[in-house]
This record gives sequence, C-alpha cells and structure tokens, in this order.
Amino acid sequence: MASGMIGSAREVVLGRIRAAKGPAASAEVVQAGWDGVRRDYQRSARHSQAEVIELLIDRLHDYDAQVMEVARGEVASAVTKMMTARGVRRLVVPAGLSAELLVEGFEFVVDEGLSAAELNTVDGVVTECTVAIAETGTIVLQNVPGQGRRAVSLVPDYHLCIVNVANVVETVPEAMDKLAPTACFATTFISGPSATADIEMTRIKGVHGPRFLDVILVG
Amino acid sequence: MSGTALDPRTAPTFPMAALTAMGDTQLRKNVRHATDVIQAKRARVVNEMPDWQALRESGKQIRQHTMEHLDYYLEEFEKNCTAAGGVVHWARDAAEARQIIVTLVKGLGATEVIKIKSMTTEEIQLNTALEAAGVHAYETDLAELIIQLGHDQPSHIVVPALHKNRQQIREIFKREMNLPELGESPQDLADAARTFLREKFLRVKTGVSGANFLIAETGGVCVVESEGNGRMCLTLPETLITVAGIDKVVPRFADLEVLLQLLPRSATGERMNPYNSVWTGVDVNGDGPKAFHVILMDNARTEILGDLEGRQTLNCIRCGACQNACPVYRQTGGHAYGSVYAGPIGAILTPQLQQMHHSQSLPYASSLCGACYEVCPVKINIPEVLIHLRNKVVKQNGMLNPEALAMRMMGIIFKSEGKFRAAQRLGRMAEAPLVRKDGRGQGWIGWLPGLLGGWTQVRDLQSMPEETFRDWWEKRESSKKQGVPRG
Repeated sequence: MASGMIGSAREVVLGRIRAAKGPAASAEVVQAGWDGVRRDYQRSARHSQAEVIELLIDRLHDYDAQVMEVARGEVASAVTKMMTARGVRRLVVPAGLSAELLVEGFEFVVDEGLSAAELNTVDGVVTECTVAIAETGTIVLQNVPGQGRRAVSLVPDYHLCIVNVANVVETVPEAMDKLAPTACFATTFISGPSATADIEMTRIKGVHGPRFLDVILVG
Repeated sequence: MSGTALDPRTAPTFPMAALTAMGDTQLRKNVRHATDVIQAKRARVVNEMPDWQALRESGKQIRQHTMEHLDYYLEEFEKNCTAAGGVVHWARDAAEARQIIVTLVKGLGATEVIKIKSMTTEEIQLNTALEAAGVHAYETDLAELIIQLGHDQPSHIVVPALHKNRQQIREIFKREMNLPELGESPQDLADAARTFLREKFLRVKTGVSGANFLIAETGGVCVVESEGNGRMCLTLPETLITVAGIDKVVPRFADLEVLLQLLPRSATGERMNPYNSVWTGVDVNGDGPKAFHVILMDNARTEILGDLEGRQTLNCIRCGACQNACPVYRQTGGHAYGSVYAGPIGAILTPQLQQMHHSQSLPYASSLCGACYEVCPVKINIPEVLIHLRNKVVKQNGMLNPEALAMRMMGIIFKSEGKFRAAQRLGRMAEAPLVRKDGRGQGWIGWLPGLLGGWTQVRDLQSMPEETFRDWWEKRESSKKQGVPRG
C-alpha cells in the first residue's frame, strides 16, 4: 500500500472528526477538560492493611486459588509445600527471581527466550508480582526481573505467584497509581486461573492459560 | 441460521426476523437461561460497590470528554504508539480496513492467522475477506470457535454463542473436531477446545485482535478477556495486527481505573475478568510480537459523532449488559437484529453505522422501558437515542407515506374543536357497518381495512361510545341551568 494513501485516509478521518465536533482544541483546553471529569469514586483504602490482606485471601479463594500466608523466613518451605501438593517437578522461572525461591528437590529452567514449544513442556512457572488488588483478587505482572515475559506465565499449566504484602492494595485506583511509572511495560492483570462461561454460563476453569493458580503471601 | 454473515444491508426487517426467532423454543430457552444467569451475577457484584453510581458518572464523563477531543487523542495515540515501535494505519471504512489487513497478512506470506474475539472484525466481515485471499482465520475464543465450527453467527457482544446449549455444542465439536467419544459436560467441551487450539497457538505466526481500549497517553492497547486465548494471540505470534474503531481511544492510563471496574462487573458479572493485557508498541525486551500494526477505523463513527443526540452511542464500551436486561432481546435473541451488534445498543448503533440507509426497523425494536439505560455502565440514554432515531426514520421516509399523512391529518383535526367533533360524528357513522355487539350490548370491531388492520390483526377494537364525554357534560350543565333534576 502506498504511504500517500495511508496519509490521505488519516487526513480524511481527522477532517471528518473536526467537521463533526468542531476544530482541534489546544493542549491546555483538553487538559482542563480532563481535569474537570468528576471522580467521586473510592480512590483510597477504606480498611486496615490486615483487613485488606484478609479480603485478598477471600477473593483468591473465590477463584479456587490456594493461598498461604507466611513470614519472610518461611517462604522456601511454603514454596516446597505448594509445589509438592500440586505434583509439579519441572518449572520455568523468569530471570531475576529471588534465589530463595529456587528450592531443592525441583528442576528450575531460567527463561532466556524459551520458545513457546519449550514452555509447553514444563509443569509450571514461579513468579513474583508488581501489585495485588484485594477488592478484585487480582495480581498484576509486568515484564521486569522476577516476573518476566508474558508468555512465561501463560503457557505452563500451573502458576505459583509470590506476593509481598507491601505490594497489596485494596482498590483498583490504588493499583493504577502504583503501575503508572511503568505503564509502558507489558502488563498482565491476572484474576484467578483462566476461565470461561461460554457454555451455558457455567464457569469452567482452565481453558488456555494456566488451569491452576496458587499464591504465597509473604509479609 | 446459516453461515452467511450478519449484514444489516441484506437482513430482513426486525419484525420479520423476530417472528422466526420466536418460533424457535430451544433458542428462546437458551437465551433466557444465559441472560438470567449473567443478570443475577451482575446484580451481585454491582450491589457490593458503594461507589457504583460515582463510577458510572465518571465513566460517562471520561467517554464524553474523549469524544469532544477525539482528534486530539487519536493523534496522541498515534504519536506514542509509533514512538514505541508500532505502525499505525487509518481506515475510512470497512473495505479499507479489510484491504490493509489482507495486504499485511499476504505481505508476510501467511496462510493462517489466529484471532481473538473481536466484534469490530465481525462488523467488517474480515474472515470472509481473508478466506477470499487464501488465508484461514482460526477463531480462538471458545464461543467464537463454536460459532465458526457451527457455521453460525454471533448473537451477543460478550457471549456470542449463548443461543447454543451444551448438547448442540457437543454435536458441533464431535463433527468438526472428529471426536466421536466427546462427553457433554462443559468441562469436556472446554478441554476439547484447549487441545484443538493449543497446536494452533504454538504454530501460527500471525495474530489478529480487536481492542477494548487504546491509551492515548502511552500509545498502549488494552485487551480484556477470560480464557487466555487472547494472551496467546497477543504474545506468541511474530506479528500482531489490531483493528479498532476510532471510538476505542481513552485519554490516559489512569482512566482505566474507572473503565476496568465498570466493564467486567457489567459484562460477565465478575469483579475482574481473568486476564487484562496492556502492551505498548513492540516490547524492547523481546516480550511478544516483533511487529505490531494497529488500524484506526472510522466506518461511519464520525457520522455518529456529528449527530449531537446520537453521539453518546459512541461512549459504549461493549459490555452487553443492555442486551441481558432488554425484554425484547431476551425473547428474540441476537440474530433477529441482523447485525453483530444486537439488543438495545445494536438498535441504536447499527442503523447509525449504516447512516440510516438500512436497519430502519431497529429503533422500533424496543418498548422504551429504560432497563438498558439503568444498567449501562457509562449511562448511555438508549431510550432517548431510540426516539431520536425514530424521528430520523420518519423524516427520511418522507411526508407522503401513509403513516405520516395520517398523523398530519390527526394534527389538523386535534387543533380545532369543530373539526374534532365532526370527526367523531363521522367516525361513529363510518364504523357502524363493522361493529358487532357482544352479549352485554358492547360493540366490538374485529376487522379494519388497510393500514389500520395492523391493530385488529391481534385484538378487537371497542366501538366508539354513542355519546362522548363532552356531549354528556354539556347536556348535564344545560339541564342543571334549567333546574331539571338529574337522573
């Protein structure tokens, strides 16, 4: 396709928009308009941190995730316990994952650009997360050390996520504030295992993403 | 329903199509069950939000503000997406969007693409265009897969196969996936889809998607989904092509804090859907496709923008809540609307996307009960737009059509007392040959000629009273003055 044609479609569409709603506005006018949007909804936490953690656990249970709450020194034994219970042996991990999570008795494959086919052969994946949202039971992963590429937490059938309680917020707006500085990084909001309700509105766990999701809260 | 795409230009009128749908008791049962379940789930998760109305108001204002500065935000998105390594294309209409996508896919030498559920690609009938160019598109959303393998058409924005029950889906999968032993539990069916598609996810190098939101501030794109098929299509292929209506842009990343609360609770009755993906151009760390194209498509959206009363239609975030709440949709299902956009939002969106040249019967496919307005997460006043579009249809049909003529005549008569009384007398005389008395002496009309016959086809009309209220009142007043006792 000739670039001239793309250019002309662009000019035509922008021209139609301006004909429909009036000429282009200055950045200041647009900014003032955005600032004028009413935002009376809940933007901060209403509950204590302990209550927020409890809410997150409740929401994760709602999604049939297994949850363990452990002190900082007990993470390794919790990881061992969770993975033993799920019967997984060989797991992929993103580069930069805390060394203490690489517990003995399991095989860990560090992702250095594994192909999708290779990711399809491991039993599971262990990651950390940037933020967790209690109100919706959501963990948010970004492409940073310890969380890795999006495909890594997608193709394997089991996902174990380690959540630092300092990264748990109550509401969606608080989470978006935390994510704002890294908004351009590839970001995935994960709320429970992959699911569908396309057949008679029955919720079925595990269609294409991981069928099993466990969370260890460390605090 | 055949494999022919839903096309508003050739679809039968709503009353005709609805009549067919109403005869399909299985379809009506499936639609009723599905909409009941989603409505109950939605009510539960909406009622637990004390700030729901504040979120709706913010959602509405964000969308309104975006439409007022649509040119600004599209240019900002283009600039930021391009800076992040994406390629932005513009399309005036469906044909141009199809041509851009087909050219891109053919340029890659691809013969297959994997697709995320996208109503925009349904709107432009992309799959047909790809097939014509020798490219097979695999639908990867479970519902879209059911539709594709069943040579069917989507009937709901969010749950496109809600008109099919598990036995019907099993028959389709048994036949098309060659699985004679397939069980019929939803889990069996989902497992079959997982196995069928996993191989495609790992093999096919080109992905095609729609978009829920284009973020002007960052140049990022957000896709909201449940199954993980979206994530597969967004991350595993080497090339990703996203097509989005120009209405999908939002000003800032922070605006998602409103829209990501409104959309899942309204659409599927979940606090958050399982997966939301946000990506910006081509990832510098090699996360996901090496090439990313996004097509910004008008296809009559600017026509809607130019109509001050219709403009709010563009605020829609495609949650489908209005469909589940609509007493008309709940009876007919989606196919009767003759468009991929069914239900109340379809009744206002489709005719406007057709620039009022087609689908003129859709603005009448509503009782104006307002249930759609009440559940809309961005407060689109659908009944108001429906009435506005009915006005447009009447004007468009010209002042010489029988209904408009009759209404004008009525207007003239109602304006003058003398004419009104004369018309009443005339009516009593004219109806006389049609009136049949029942056992209690009440007159009924069971048949009326011509245009009026629409009324008597399904009900009888009571005959006009022998004396009007006015006549009775005047007689009473004059007899009082004369001192005659009432009786």
